[in-house]
Amino acid sequence: MQLELSEEDQAFRQEMRDFFTTQVSEEIRTAVTEGRELTKDQLVESMRTLNEAGLAVPHWPEEYGGRGWSDLKRHLWFEEMQRAGVPTPLAFNASMIGPVLAQFGSEEQKLEFLPKTANLDIWWAQGFSEPDAGSDLASVRTTAVLDGDDWVVNGQKTWTTLGQHADWIFTLVRTDPEVKKQAGISLLLIDMATPGVEVRPIELIDGGHEVNEVWFEDVRVPGDHLVGELNSGWTIAKFLLGNERVGVAPVGATKRSLAYAKELAADLIADDPLLRARVAELENELLALELTALRVAAHSAGGEPHPASSVLKLKGSVLQQAVSELVVDLAGPGSLASGAGDDSDLDGWARRATPTYLNLRKASIYGGSNEVQRQIISRTILGL
Amino acid sequence: MDFTYDDEQVALRDAVKGLVGKAYADFETRRNAVAEDPGFDETLWSRMAEMGLLGLPFAEADGGVGAGPVEIGIVCRELGRVVAPEPYLASVVLAGGLVAACGTPEQRWPVLGALSAGDSVLAFAHDEPGRRWGPTATAVSAIDSDGSWTLSGVKEPVLHGAHADVLVVSAALPDGGTGLFLVSGDDAERTGYAAYDGTRAARISFDGTTATPLGAAGQDVTASIATVQDITRVMAANQALGAMQTALSNTTDYLKSRKQFGVTLNTFQALTFRAADMYVSQELTHSMVEWATMVVAQGDAEALADAASRVALQVSRSGRHIGQEAIQLHGGIGMTAEYAVGTYVAHLTMLDHLFGDGGFQLSRLAASVTEHGALDPLA
Ligand SMILES: Cc1cc2nc3c(=O)[nH]c(=O)nc-3n(C[C@H](O)[C@H](O)[C@H](O)COP(=O)(O)OP(=O)(O)OC[C@H]3O[C@@H](n4cnc5c(N)ncnc54)[C@H](O)[C@@H]3O)c2cc1C
Repeated sequence: MQLELSEEDQAFRQEMRDFFTTQVSEEIRTAVTEGRELTKDQLVESMRTLNEAGLAVPHWPEEYGGRGWSDLKRHLWFEEMQRAGVPTPLAFNASMIGPVLAQFGSEEQKLEFLPKTANLDIWWAQGFSEPDAGSDLASVRTTAVLDGDDWVVNGQKTWTTLGQHADWIFTLVRTDPEVKKQAGISLLLIDMATPGVEVRPIELIDGGHEVNEVWFEDVRVPGDHLVGELNSGWTIAKFLLGNERVGVAPVGATKRSLAYAKELAADLIADDPLLRARVAELENELLALELTALRVAAHSAGGEPHPASSVLKLKGSVLQQAVSELVVDLAGPGSLASGAGDDSDLDGWARRATPTYLNLRKASIYGGSNEVQRQIISRTILGL
Repeated sequence: MDFTYDDEQVALRDAVKGLVGKAYADFETRRNAVAEDPGFDETLWSRMAEMGLLGLPFAEADGGVGAGPVEIGIVCRELGRVVAPEPYLASVVLAGGLVAACGTPEQRWPVLGALSAGDSVLAFAHDEPGRRWGPTATAVSAIDSDGSWTLSGVKEPVLHGAHADVLVVSAALPDGGTGLFLVSGDDAERTGYAAYDGTRAARISFDGTTATPLGAAGQDVTASIATVQDITRVMAANQALGAMQTALSNTTDYLKSRKQFGVTLNTFQALTFRAADMYVSQELTHSMVEWATMVVAQGDAEALADAASRVALQVSRSGRHIGQEAIQLHGGIGMTAEYAVGTYVAHLTMLDHLFGDGGFQLSRLAASVTEHGALDPLA
């Protein structure tokens, strides 16, 4: 047992901190810190800056740009990135399809897609959920039928995050309707520019547009864009979702939000013992979560993710939501002015507080809802 | 002690439900109503006036109906049930309540008469950037030059401030204390916008703007503002209760109809128990709301202040519990603007932050815990 970081790890952390705070555009980092929405261009720019320095996908296998770091180093990398307000690499690319292609893809697919995925030359979307297949993901109905060398895809996906920006979508499709539902699914890569693909926006309760419906009508997909074995989609999806769970529990970002809230509302918090207690409580819970992340092998190292990644997802989303709720309360009546323009006399952070809070209700729903995480914990870990 | 409505109150509830509940029976209608300024249905507002709802709290001599808090609570409850965007709470209960409490008879008749008739919308311009939930004003100050008064400074956010014909404005008085003033809406510089639940709000700036003192000129009315704010807290609690009831019933309906894993969601006890907990929250809130509404009727300002904080604390906690769970149990669909439940949660969040959230109320209550023994609601 040892509390301190080794000298090597300390140096590594400093190196990360220096890079993130000096090499990624300050404008972008300020926007992240202040909770403003980033443009597609800004996200692309920042991921490319990281990739150039080998910092976009260090968790991938080394032959595809990974760095072979220890779990601790990866943790420090991710933590420092969030602390500096650097947007984390697009999850669909860096933590979802990238690792999947590296693990299950054909040589051609790896060559064709992995470099572009790491550099965000391709923006990926996740086409898993459907109207009737949410928590029960294995119920997907979108079909892919072989016609000559091509797959012909028909169906509808929903909740496709940032699908409006996407170049490609990795899609769960039903390739065998006759067998048990988990056994007849495959993973297909679909170019969003193919005729028959249509993206329709969904407005969320914060007024924003980040999710979409994606419709496929007789979309022809080259046969070699199937990933892994035919009908092995469920195995691949489980591997992918395990990784997703780790990425969506952003301890560092939540810590940063809380510290930022303390800074913005310093006087208010100083004057109010209840607020002070609430902040202290949140800080302590975040500490427990961060230590848990450090204690378990938080990342999927080639194989299955640690089952306790469900703890991180569950508690991480709850704390992320709790901090956003605190910020609304700190903003008080000023939080009502969400629709005011910049000529408002109320601070921007106060005006953004409630839309952010409402938007973050999603954190306990997507990436495997918190109920699903509890099921994983109770079944897989506790054996119940 | 009697928590039941009498026949007239039942008839009022059914009439309001018939009007407002029907007008917004379809959530799409509500979406359309808030999509454009003024952010509510002016025809419905006129119908509410015709039914006497806008004049309910005011004396007959002032052009009103002279009903009590229970009746006003009934209206608010029904509005909350359909998240109606009409400015009842802001215009009638709060701004109208201040005119009724502080205005001279000569002021009350024209202002409240027009409000009751649906010819005029009132707004209370009180919140100031960076300040929270008190009865006093500092950022807008009043200047008296030989009996003619002017106001300077900024108020934001002001509910329905951009559309209001008459603004009731709080301002720091030259000799200390907070006074109230009437300002014609058009005389101030206003920028309107929509809050996250569609409710309209505005930034209003005064720059040597002519104003008429409400009531006796130069009088500190902090205590009256505090009392009307407390009444409004209780009425907001009624409105929030209505919203919670719908959020819960939408959720139970959804659990019974949504299928995953080949069965409806109510097959999963993990979810039905959560709905049961939401019901517990709702019922405790219901009792507190009825109690606090009766305390308003008793007319004791100190008892009212205590009851207002207690009910607002309960509403804050339950509103968050029921709201957050309502979205969670719906899953992704609960996050969409097109589906009602998210708007209920947004509305509950707004009501929570209008007049003091749970933490604020808890601080108020905590300050006096050592001053009493056991609480007795019947004392
Ligand atoms: C903002 C947002 C972004 C998203 N982005 C994407 C994306 O990019 N790509 C993509 O493919 N998907 C995405 N999703 C979809 C997300 O993964 C699903 O919403 C999620 O899987 C839940 O499914 P559902 O919405 O159909 O809810 P349902 O499955 O209908 O669940 C409703 C409620 O019931 C609970 N529940 C369901 N089954 C059980 C059970 N057996 N036991 C106990 N409780 C249960 C759920 O936890 C939830 O509380 C996104 C969702 C949101 C809200």
